Amino acid sequence: MQEVGAFVIFFASIFTSNILLTNFLGMCSYLSVSREIKTAWGLGLAVVFVMTITCVANYLVYYHILVPLQLEYLEYIAFIIVIAALVQVVEMIIERTSDRLYASLGIFLPLITVNCAVLGAALFLIIRKYDFYQSLAYGAGSGIGWMLAIMALAGIRAKMSRRSKVIPALEGPGIVLIITGIIALGFIGFSGIVQIN
Amino acid sequence: MAVSSKKIALDGIWYNNPIFRQVLGICSTLAVTNLVTNTAVMCLGLIYTNAVSCFTVSALRTITPFRLRIISSTLIIAAYVIVLHNFLMAYLPEISAQLGPYVGLIITNCIVLGRVEAFSIQNKPIPALIDGVSSAVGYSMVLLLIAVIREGLGFGSVAGISLPFEFTKWTIMVMAPGAFFMLAIVVWIARWWGMRTEEAQKTSK
Repeated sequence: MQEVGAFVIFFASIFTSNILLTNFLGMCSYLSVSREIKTAWGLGLAVVFVMTITCVANYLVYYHILVPLQLEYLEYIAFIIVIAALVQVVEMIIERTSDRLYASLGIFLPLITVNCAVLGAALFLIIRKYDFYQSLAYGAGSGIGWMLAIMALAGIRAKMSRRSKVIPALEGPGIVLIITGIIALGFIGFSGIVQIN
Repeated sequence: MAVSSKKIALDGIWYNNPIFRQVLGICSTLAVTNLVTNTAVMCLGLIYTNAVSCFTVSALRTITPFRLRIISSTLIIAAYVIVLHNFLMAYLPEISAQLGPYVGLIITNCIVLGRVEAFSIQNKPIPALIDGVSSAVGYSMVLLLIAVIREGLGFGSVAGISLPFEFTKWTIMVMAPGAFFMLAIVVWIARWWGMRTEEAQKTSK
């Protein structure tokens, strides 16, 4: 795993090993915040932002604090605290510096603390033994991959809500899961290009 | 407590089933539903985590500051998941390796935090424990059903035991899209059933 280049990991984590479509992470917010393209875009941006920062931070915390102290078994608690603290800091910085960015991202940031994809990415990078640049690429790539998936779904749902009639029992989560299955089927087409696991 | 324990239990398992009603918390567990054994271990882990977390949060509810409740609940859940993770590594090392990061992801499973936020924080420890167990059991039943169908169609076996007849394996069922389609079908059937019984009740009145 070590010898794979950072760019390959970046590409693979967007397309072939998409964190949502192949690892099912971040499903809750994916299902509930995909009604409109605008909100999906805001949440997507926030996830890309937070995931890139937290993957790097968690890499540093794990290899420079937990491993030297032999406290690897505390990784879950450490990662959660790092993620929660970073989200809080990012929120404060955005609030002070950019009103426009805060208006579009602000409400989504607290949601991200409990997004499984963010914690999941951190755990994957430890299990797969990525180095610093690979972790950075993996974080950014997974975030972008997640955003791609939610944007695709939001676009389809926006069109569907205007034109299509769905069977009552299938409305809401049912039809969204079927659409997601079809999107995932499409993404399997990429899997011949490069494979990380 | 005006609500009886039996009602809490039934609510969690069927009427308010986390998957049919809310489609919550599928993130971490859906990923392992291509093998029945892994799903069963994961579900037992979830039942344990949900039960003890609900109980602890409820027992500590009077001394937890309101503003800090989410982070304190999350840390309580994380502590129990660490216990679970170490237990699995010690006694079931093979399954633990296959589950990989998904055991840790029980922490951010929306069901655990959802039940803690919605029920335990306002109720006494014993009802909270019952609620925790029953909603996790309701959730596990659905996932085991999905796992049996996925492994059966995809590998031609159930919990590692081959089915007695031969057929062409549906490889797609053990890949990611199969899980999405199966979950959609299960949610569809459950909602259709729910709507039908509601209508029947309306007409009988």
